Amino acid sequence: MRQIKLVGIAIFLFALGVFLLSSFMSQHTLTADLITDQINNNTHQKTLITNAKEILGKTYTTNVSFVAALKEVLATSKAGLAGTDSKLEDWQINNYLFALTKYSSPGPLNGRSGLAFFLSLILGSIGALIYFLPDLKLIPGIKNNGIYHSSATRGISKGIRWFMLVVTLLVVLFYAITQSMLLTIGVIAVCAIIGFSIYKSEQSHNNVAARSAAPLKTGLIGLVTGIFLISFYVLLYFHPYYITNWVKMLDPVSEALSGYPASHWFVYGFLYCVVMTVMGIRMLIKYRHNKYQLIRTVSVIFFQLAFAFIIPEILVRFEQPYMDLKNIWPLDYDFFTKDEMNKMLGQGSNFAIASWSTSVGTIMFIWGIVLVLVVVPLLTYFFGKRWYCSWVCGCGGLAETLGDPYRQLSDKSLRAWKIERYVIHGVMVFAIVMTGVVLYQSITGNDQLLFLNAYSVKGWYGFMIGAMFSGVVGTGFYPIMGNRVWCRFGCPLTAMMGLIQKYKSRFRITVNGGQCISCGNCSTYCEMGIDVRSYAQRGQDVVRASCVGCGVCSAVCPRGVLKLENSSADVAERTSQLRTIHISENEVTLLS
Amino acid sequence: MHIAIIGNGISGITAARFLRKLTDHQITVISSESDHFFSRTALMYVYMGHMRYEDVKPYEDWFWEKNRIDLKKGYVEKVDFNSKSLHFAGGEHLVYDKLILATGSTPNKFGWPGQDLDGVHGLYSLQDLEAMEKHSEGLKRAVIVGGGLIGIEMAEMFHSRNIPVTFLVREDSYWGAVLPPEESEMVRRHIVENHIDLRLETELKEIIDNGSGKCNAVITNKGEKIACGFVGLTAGVHPNIKFLKETALEIDKGILVNDHLETNIKDVYAIGDCARIQNPQPGRRPIEAIWYTGRMMGEVVAYNISGKKVKYNPGIWFNSAKFFDIEYQVYGDLQANPPENHQAIYWEHKDGRKSIRIVYDKNTSTILGFNLMGVRYRHEVCEQWVHEKANIETVLRDLSLANFDPEFYNEYEQDVLAIYEKQSGQKVRLNHKRSLTKTIQFLRKKLSV
Repeated sequence: MRQIKLVGIAIFLFALGVFLLSSFMSQHTLTADLITDQINNNTHQKTLITNAKEILGKTYTTNVSFVAALKEVLATSKAGLAGTDSKLEDWQINNYLFALTKYSSPGPLNGRSGLAFFLSLILGSIGALIYFLPDLKLIPGIKNNGIYHSSATRGISKGIRWFMLVVTLLVVLFYAITQSMLLTIGVIAVCAIIGFSIYKSEQSHNNVAARSAAPLKTGLIGLVTGIFLISFYVLLYFHPYYITNWVKMLDPVSEALSGYPASHWFVYGFLYCVVMTVMGIRMLIKYRHNKYQLIRTVSVIFFQLAFAFIIPEILVRFEQPYMDLKNIWPLDYDFFTKDEMNKMLGQGSNFAIASWSTSVGTIMFIWGIVLVLVVVPLLTYFFGKRWYCSWVCGCGGLAETLGDPYRQLSDKSLRAWKIERYVIHGVMVFAIVMTGVVLYQSITGNDQLLFLNAYSVKGWYGFMIGAMFSGVVGTGFYPIMGNRVWCRFGCPLTAMMGLIQKYKSRFRITVNGGQCISCGNCSTYCEMGIDVRSYAQRGQDVVRASCVGCGVCSAVCPRGVLKLENSSADVAERTSQLRTIHISENEVTLLS
Repeated sequence: MHIAIIGNGISGITAARFLRKLTDHQITVISSESDHFFSRTALMYVYMGHMRYEDVKPYEDWFWEKNRIDLKKGYVEKVDFNSKSLHFAGGEHLVYDKLILATGSTPNKFGWPGQDLDGVHGLYSLQDLEAMEKHSEGLKRAVIVGGGLIGIEMAEMFHSRNIPVTFLVREDSYWGAVLPPEESEMVRRHIVENHIDLRLETELKEIIDNGSGKCNAVITNKGEKIACGFVGLTAGVHPNIKFLKETALEIDKGILVNDHLETNIKDVYAIGDCARIQNPQPGRRPIEAIWYTGRMMGEVVAYNISGKKVKYNPGIWFNSAKFFDIEYQVYGDLQANPPENHQAIYWEHKDGRKSIRIVYDKNTSTILGFNLMGVRYRHEVCEQWVHEKANIETVLRDLSLANFDPEFYNEYEQDVLAIYEKQSGQKVRLNHKRSLTKTIQFLRKKLSV
């Protein structure tokens, strides 16, 4: 069994190597024809051809060296065009870089995209499955052996974690400074609130440290995995021209689905599906004794493959707007922006009912509104927010599959809970304000609402929350701070559903009488950092805004103490902190 | 008033927590084992790498100061009951007004030759865990002696690190004194399918030295020599009260206490594993070294000290454990060798890792107890039925209310009913589907009557 696993991991690592190398090992030759083909703006075209004289026809052997040369050309052109009518904007530079890099090369492995696809993604998946499948021979049950002994899953030391958090905050702060005074003040305020709440918790506890989420020794494989994921997201969001070979590799797949060549977002979507399926199979094997886990894992994989990936691509094939029908505002933060509304309701429509057509786009728009106003409150009332977070959501789906090996790394201290409440509700307010401004713009056509500009506010949100928080930190920090960093600290939709779950929902985790032995498995494996044990050992049912209902606390409990249930009967009494710790002592009355 | 508690296990800590809730007294919890309270039952998960030591502490470290519970690390060598003072190994002493003894247990050693060698350990304390960790490096085989709950935990621990285990059990079945034969056999199969070398009806005769004070092999009563680098002694525990012998404190295997958990000395109480109840409830043992009774005693002693006199009444028996991947729960009167009037309905899943046993009195048809393997039942519901001596058919009709398995799990209620029908010739139909609302309605009705 060990040998089979080694073979699997070897194949996987080989495929990963091919995948990484193929991203920059490619030949690139820029030609004037290519520039003419890819750049529509005449002035830009001409300027570029003039400035690129040195490199035209020259062959570069790596993607990186080509991009470096092309960047210089673009910089010269930008300088040259500054102050003219057709000045070169930064977003145009990024687009030109991407298109020219992509089409100046025959693709990975010298144009053998199919081979590259097989050697990287197919072989990688096969290798991973060979690694996971032998676990079927184990007796079904909770197999968490060695998680805290493994360099991949035991976590990162406090110092490195703080360093990475601070660097992230500095990046955001730096961005804010380049954007506006207002935003800078906002970011500083957020940092100050976090800093203050940490300071206060240390003070009130006389400098006794909060419960640590850090291991004694950093897991190196985990750290490398984290850096890899972070780098991937940085490239994807900010420098997609470095991954044009992956885009090229997936062009045939994209063309087969939508009829259009792939974009870097298609690459992301495709990888997302592959990773979720392979890691989902791992999850299915690991929890094959637990039907709740089986059904919900199949559910998240289904919603990712069908709703987030295939259906939107097919919509494009039929010339309809691209839309993920299970993505809900405010997680889907640009739903109410002018661009998106135009796509759904037709160009130039200003939200005036008269202009609505009966097109698919209109149905999508109505569906989006129905989701927010009817489906979310109703299902959350009946089943808790788990119906979305661990059954439907793509972010949740990745967390429950790729992220499952890291669920124990969430911080369970009371301090973390305090920070969580500030941050997640802060993001929620940010999302609502941003939406208010862009909606005002969509309806009135007016870009400015009071002192806020719709384009800027949307840009800020897109960078700080959309890219940095949900992408770079949300997934990149899996091996560093657990698999639900985004869901726990950032997602505005989950914050809203959390409020419903806390105040008006039938969902709760019930505790089985006095059977708890305070072992801590439930708290340890709670990806949302809920200290489940603190409830279980008091016999107190758990109603918490953040619980995503993954059901793992119940699964790992060695004494059968926890169960996810839907009913509001006696919930106030059963969630009271003063439940007796054992239930048969009739003479002992409850404290009041 | 200063209340000193010796022992920071579940009993001592529960006492401290409830004393803090009920009173404003000064509270000191003393332990030589660890700085903070940890869950003893979870030590195995630290070894297996499911959790860190940090994670088995139920409260964050600041909790104690915030709740004004003083923690003192130290080993009490002597208690002077006359001057009400504790004398520590380092020479310090501490004066108390009331003393709670919650000193726990220590593993049994039956005078086996070599039982004190290096590499021979029980599994009770944090130090035992550290010893296991230390000896695991390069370990070729471990031998475990004693067929109870700790023995199988230790086997699972070594198994998690692929260290071969030989498991010596004196009886002819695993935990046969507690588990009925079918369940005992189920666990035996499960032990074997986990590749544990299980030796039933085999006893430890002696432990052999490697010449430098470390264990090297064991010899069984059958004359076989088994080479091993570690010997786990898990043949039960006894109260940890050596330092209290030859004092005025009345002791008979454990510290004798009355229904209010008071010892023969005024202002001295004993709770948990180290206490021996003078007049235990019918069917209960005088010393019960389990987590749940320790926790109940901690609560009761706090009430008594705070001036609300409460008798210790552990109520209807319940317990739980996990044998590798098989969870075990028991509620009520369930015996391995039941008297003649006990009639069982026993259902076993075809995978051989799940079973439900419902025992009732065949003369009066009243429910007596439940024994669950790989299936979860609700504590409150089972307890309620046993408490009110419900009729077996009432129980069976409402059986869905008792189930506590996660959502979507297969339902076995019908299978259990079918077995009853076959045995008794009586037709019984289920009243409900599984439902929390119905369960709570059921409990509420019972409580208000």
